[in-house]
Amino acid sequence: MTRHRPVFAAFAALLFAVSSLVAQERPRKIVVASKPFGESYLLAEMFAQLLEARGVVAERRLGLGATEIAFAALRSGDIDVYPEYTGTGLLAILHERPSADPRAAFAQVAREFRERFGMRWLPPLGFQNTYAIAVRRETSARLHLRTLSDLARAGPDLRAGLTPDFIGRADGLPGLQGAYDLRFREVRALLPAVKYQALAAGEVDVIDGYATDGLIARYDLVVLEDDRAFFPPYEAAALLAPGVAERAPAAVAALTELSGLLDEQRMRGYNRRIEVDGEPVARVAAAALDELRLLGREDRRTGTRGGPVRGSLAAYLWGERRMLLHLVARHLLLVAVSLVAAVGVAVPLGLALERTRRAAEAVIRGVGVLQTVPGIALLAFMIPVLGIGLVPALVALFLYSLYPILRNTYAGVRSAAPDAVGAARALGMTPQQVLRHVRLPLAAPLIMAGIRTAAVINVGTATLAAFIGAGGLGDPIAAGLALSDTRMILSGALPAAVLALGVDAVLGACERAVRPGGVAP
Amino acid sequence: MTPPASVAALEAREVAKRYGPVAALEGISLEVHRGECVALIGESGSGKTTLLRCFNRLTDPDAGQVLVDARDVARVDPVELRRRVGYVPQDGGLLPHWRVRRNVTLVPWLRGLPDAPALADRALTLVGLDPEAMADRWPRELSGGQRQRVAVARALAARPDLVLLDEPFGALDAITRADLQSTFLELRRRLEITTLLVTHDLAEAFLLADRVAVMHRGRIEQVAAPDVLLEAPANQYVRTLLARARIAG
Repeated sequence: MTRHRPVFAAFAALLFAVSSLVAQERPRKIVVASKPFGESYLLAEMFAQLLEARGVVAERRLGLGATEIAFAALRSGDIDVYPEYTGTGLLAILHERPSADPRAAFAQVAREFRERFGMRWLPPLGFQNTYAIAVRRETSARLHLRTLSDLARAGPDLRAGLTPDFIGRADGLPGLQGAYDLRFREVRALLPAVKYQALAAGEVDVIDGYATDGLIARYDLVVLEDDRAFFPPYEAAALLAPGVAERAPAAVAALTELSGLLDEQRMRGYNRRIEVDGEPVARVAAAALDELRLLGREDRRTGTRGGPVRGSLAAYLWGERRMLLHLVARHLLLVAVSLVAAVGVAVPLGLALERTRRAAEAVIRGVGVLQTVPGIALLAFMIPVLGIGLVPALVALFLYSLYPILRNTYAGVRSAAPDAVGAARALGMTPQQVLRHVRLPLAAPLIMAGIRTAAVINVGTATLAAFIGAGGLGDPIAAGLALSDTRMILSGALPAAVLALGVDAVLGACERAVRPGGVAP
Repeated sequence: MTPPASVAALEAREVAKRYGPVAALEGISLEVHRGECVALIGESGSGKTTLLRCFNRLTDPDAGQVLVDARDVARVDPVELRRRVGYVPQDGGLLPHWRVRRNVTLVPWLRGLPDAPALADRALTLVGLDPEAMADRWPRELSGGQRQRVAVARALAARPDLVLLDEPFGALDAITRADLQSTFLELRRRLEITTLLVTHDLAEAFLLADRVAVMHRGRIEQVAAPDVLLEAPANQYVRTLLARARIAG
C-alpha cells in the first residue's frame, strides 16, 4: 500500500545507518579503556601510547562508567585492556575478602580471574593506590587526628563526604565502620569531582580519596593512617580480556614493559600534574613514558603536543573546536537515530492503541516504567547483551524516547475532536480515512510536542553515553568530572545546552508547521 | 433502478437493541415512505437516536431487520451505505481543519463524484449560504447557525434520496432555530427527499414532520400525523407529553 511507503523508507534508512555504524566499529585493534577517574585515564593513556610506540594500533575508550561497566565490557570482549586494582578485583568483582599481603592478593586475583573469566592480570605496575581517608590539616591539629582509630573517637562530631561507590562497597564505609567502630554525625554522598572542594570549603570534614590523588597535596590534607590495616592492598595492573594474550602477543609484551616501573611517589606527581596543574592527560602520559625510557626518539613528539595549560574558557573552546564539532556531530547522530527509531515505533503504537483503548493505559504505563530506570543502570543492564559503544547507547536513548511520544500520540488521536470524528465516520469515511484525514492531522501538534519533549530529554541523556564509550558531548563531561577540570566539563555541557535549545527551537517550528489551519493554537 | 413507489424508503421490523442490561430498543417497527418526513420524539434515553443510527449502521441491532430502499442493511457494506445517506449531527460535526468548501465536498469526494466543488457550491446555495463568502472560511469562523447550515449542506451535497438528522437544531437559540426550520421546510419541498428527524422538541416535530413517532423506553407509543396525534392520543403517556408541550409552548 502506498501510504506505508514513507514508514518503510524511514525504517530502511534507519537500519542502514545503524548497520553501517556497527560495521564501522569492528576493526581489530587493541581497545584500551579506563574508568572515569584521573589515574585510570593516565594509565590507560600510557598503555595506549606504549602500544602505539611498539607498532600496535590502539583505540581509546576512556572513562567507562565504573567498575561494573568496565569489567562487563572486558568480559564481553568490547574492550581488550584496562587498568584495574587487585583489591577492587577481589572485593568488587569476586566478592572475596583479600589477604593483607599484596603478593598473596595478586596471586589470588590472577588465579581466580583466569579460572572464572579466562582473563589475565599482567604483573603489577609497581604502586598501590588504596583508599585514603583525609581531613583538613586544621581538623587534624585541633582534634589530634593521626590514625583512623583517632577518627573513630572524633567521628560523631564530624561530617563525612564520601563517593557513592565508597559508601556502598564492602571494602568501603560498611567495612570501615565494622573495623574501627566508626560513626559520623552525617554521611553525604559526593561525586569525586566535588569532594575535595567540599572538604576545602568546610562543607564536610572527612572524605575518601585515593592514596595517589594529586589533590591531597594541593589542598594540604592529612591522610589518616590505617592503623588496623583494614584497607586491602590495591596494586595497579593491566587486566586483559579473554584471548588477548593469544591473539596479540606483541601487545602483551609491550604492556608488560611497564610492570614494576611505577611507584606511589611518581604517580602522585603525575596525578598532580593532571588534576592540579590541568595538563592534558596525553602529555603527562608521554612525559611519564619518556621518563621511564620506554619511548624512542621519534615517539617523543606526542609528548610535546597540546595547547596552553591554562587560558580563558573561550580560548579553550576555540582551541578544541575541531574535536567539539566532531563530538557535536556524534551527539546529534545519537539523538537523531534513536529519536527516528522511537518515532517509528511509538507513533504507530499510539495509533494502534487508540483502537484498543482497554489495553492502552497498561501498555503506556509499562513503557513509562522504563523512564524510571536510571540511565547508567539501564546502560549497565544492557552490556551483557549489547556490549558497549554505540548500539547500547542508541537502544537506551530509544527506550527513553518512547514514553513521551507514545503518551502524546495516544492522547492526541484519542482526544481529536470527537464530534468531527463521529460525523466523518457517519458520512462514510473508512476507519483508515478517519485516521489519516481527521485524527492524525488534528493530533499532529500534540504528537510533535511529544517528539520535541523526547528530543530535548534525549540531548541531555545522551551525555551519559560517554560512560559506555559511545562518544558524544558526554566525553569531555565525564573526563572533566574525573580530572576535576571545570573547563573540560563546560566544553561538553555548554554545547549540549546549546544543542538542546537548538533542537527545541527547530522542533518547535515543526510543531507550528504541522498545526492544521483552522485549529486555534 | 428506482424502486416502486409503494415500497417504504425506510423500514424497521421488530428491531431490538440492548446495551448491557439496558434495553434501548424493544421490538420497534416503523415505516417511512418515500419523500416523507418522520420525526422521532421522546425523552433522553427513549431510544430515538439508537433507532436513527440503525438506518446508516452506526448501530447494528441485536434482532430484527432494518431496510433501506427495501434492502436489508445488514447485507450492505456500511461504508457504502453511509455515503448514500445524508447525516446531520446535533453539533454539526464539521472537520475543524477543513475549510467550508472542503467539508461540504466530503461525500462527493468519498464517492468519487466528478465536479465535487460545484456540487458543494450548489448545496451551500440551497441552505441559504453564499459560496463566494463562505467557502473559504474555517468552521471556527462561523456562527452556530451558519455551522448547522454547512452541516446540512454537507449532508445534501451528493444529492442523497435520504437524510438522517439527529437533533440538528437542538443547540441553537430560538430565532436561529426558527430560521433553519423554515430553510429545512423549503428544502424538503424543493428536493422531495426522505427524512428521518430526531428531536425532543414537540413543536419542531409538528412543524417539520408529516408524521410523528412518539418513543418511550425503547418502544413506539404512537405514530401519526400531528393533527391526529392531537385529536386522538393513543394512551396516557402521549396525552401527558402533549399536555406538557402545550404548557411549555
